[in-house]
Amino acid sequence: MTDMKDFRPSRRGFLGLAAGAGALAAAGTAQEVQAQVATSAHIVILGAGAAGTALANRLVRRLDGARITIVDGRKEHWYQPGFSLIAAGLKAPNYSVSQTTDWLPSGVELKQDFAANIDPEAKTVALQGGEVLSYDYLVVATGLTLDHAAIEGFDLDLVGKEGIGALYAGPDYAAKTWQAAQAYTETGGVGLFTRPVTEMKCAGAPLKHTFLIDDIARKAGGRSKMDVHYMAQNDTLFGVPIVSEKVRMLFGQRQITPEYSHVLKAMDPGAKRATFATPQGDVEMDYDYIHVIPPQRAPQVIRDSGLSWADKWVGEGWMEVDMANLRHLRYPEVFAVGDIAGVPKGKTAASVKWQVPVVEDHLVAQIAGTTADSAYDGYTSCPLITRVGRAMLVEFDYHNNLVPSFPGIIAPLEELWVSWLMKEIALKATYNAMLRGRA
Amino acid sequence: MQELTFGTLIAVFEEIFGQALFWAMVVVAGLITLAYLYVLIRDRAVSWHKFLWAQLSMPVGAVLAVWFVLFETRSSLADIGGPIDVILLLAIAVAGAIGLAILVYTLESLFLRKSED
Repeated sequence: MTDMKDFRPSRRGFLGLAAGAGALAAAGTAQEVQAQVATSAHIVILGAGAAGTALANRLVRRLDGARITIVDGRKEHWYQPGFSLIAAGLKAPNYSVSQTTDWLPSGVELKQDFAANIDPEAKTVALQGGEVLSYDYLVVATGLTLDHAAIEGFDLDLVGKEGIGALYAGPDYAAKTWQAAQAYTETGGVGLFTRPVTEMKCAGAPLKHTFLIDDIARKAGGRSKMDVHYMAQNDTLFGVPIVSEKVRMLFGQRQITPEYSHVLKAMDPGAKRATFATPQGDVEMDYDYIHVIPPQRAPQVIRDSGLSWADKWVGEGWMEVDMANLRHLRYPEVFAVGDIAGVPKGKTAASVKWQVPVVEDHLVAQIAGTTADSAYDGYTSCPLITRVGRAMLVEFDYHNNLVPSFPGIIAPLEELWVSWLMKEIALKATYNAMLRGRA
Repeated sequence: MQELTFGTLIAVFEEIFGQALFWAMVVVAGLITLAYLYVLIRDRAVSWHKFLWAQLSMPVGAVLAVWFVLFETRSSLADIGGPIDVILLLAIAVAGAIGLAILVYTLESLFLRKSED
C-alpha cells in the first residue's frame, strides 16, 4: 500500500470530481434536436392508436406552426400486445388499458369522434357528428375491424361461457377468454384454436394462445385430458416458411395436432360444434374449448372512400400505398400507417415502430418541398411465446428473411428465457416510449 | 429494434419503473457508489475485516437478485433455454453480488467505524 500513500486525494477534490461527472452525464443525455420545418399545413390523422399517436408526437417536434388534428372516438387506448397475456391469466385486463389523452402531445387537437366519410378528391373528412375537416395532408391510422358477424352463430356475448374464447376483441374479452380457457385446462376435452384466412394483426397470437394454454395445463397436471388442435388457414403454420417449420416441430413435441386449411365459418354454441371450410368441403368438429379469431378488414369508411386496393385483398379493403414509403399511390398527400396499410406484412406494434419514422420523414420532406429516402422493408417482430417463461424472438421482413436485432446473441428460432423477459418487461415500456415518439 | 441509442434505453427504463422511481433508483445507486468511493478515499485503505463481511454477503446478493428477477417475471430456472440465458442469469447474479458487497462495505465503514477502530 506504500504506492497509495503518494496519491492523496482530498475530500474536496473528490466532491468536485463527483459534481463534474454528474454535470457531464446530464449534458450527455440532452437530446439532439432536429431543425423544425415551418408550415401552416393542416394535417389530419385518423386514429389515435399506436400509429396515430406515435406519429402525432413526432410531427409536433418536426413541424413549426402546423395544425394537427387527430380523430378518434374511443376514449381508451389499448396496448394490444398485452391481450395474449391477459387471455392466459398472466395479466389483469387493466394491464392493456390507458386513456387516449394520456399520450397526446399539447398542440394537437383531438376530435373525439369517428370519420364517417373521406373524400380524397375534395380533401375533406366528414365526422359522424357532422363536422367536416379539410386537410392538406391525411394520415390514415384507423386500424382494422374485427368481423365477428362473419362467423355464423358466433356472438361476442358468448365469450367466456360454454368454452368460447375470443381474445382479439378487447381487454375485457381477453379476460373472459381466460375464464373459458382456464376451465378447459381443468376439465379437458377437445380444444380448437382457430385463425382467419384474411390478413390479420399479429399472426403469432393464435399460436401464442395455443402454446400458453398447453403449457398452463401441462404445469397444472391437466394436459393428458386435453386433445389440442391448431386450425391453420392454409398449408402452413406461419407466413415465414422457416418459422412455420420450427412451429411444426414444437407442435410435434407438445402433442398439438395441426389441421391444415381449416377455416372457421360457423358454429353451434349449444351443441358445441364448429364448421370449417376446407378444400374438401365443410367439416364439422365438436369442441370443449374454441378460440375464435374472426376475419379482419379495413373499416367501412375506408372501404367506401376509394382509397383501398381494387385488385388486391379483395373484400378486405386495405389501403393502396407504396410498400416502402406508405404514401397512397393515387393521392400523394395521403399516407397509411399501421394495420390499415395495404402492404404484405406488418400488422403489429413492432411494424408501427418502424413505419412511423418513415411516414414522418416523407411527410415532413413533402411539406418542406424536398424528398426523403427512408424506406420500410416490412420489418415485423413477434416474441412468439412458446410457454410461460420462454419465447422465440422472431423478426422478419417483406422477403421472409429473418432479421434478428441481436444476431449471434439472441437466436431467433430458439426458445429462450431472455426473449420471454423482453416480452414480459421491456415490450410495453418500449411501446409506451414509442407512443411518446421517443423510441 | 431499429436504433438502440442511449436515449431510447433511458426512455424504456423510465417506462418500466416509472420516471420518478427510475431516477430515484439511479440517484440511490449513484449515492451508494459515491459513499463507497468516499469511504475508500477517507480511510485511504481497504479494511480487510470489512471486506470479509462484504465478501460473505456476495452469495446472498447473487441469490436475492436472481430470485427477484425470476419472481417478477413468473419464470423458473427450468426456463433457461440457451447460452445467452445462462450468461444473463450469471450477469444478474454478479450484479447482485457486487451491489450487495458494496452496500455492506459502505454501511460498515460509515456506521461501524468507531467499533472497528
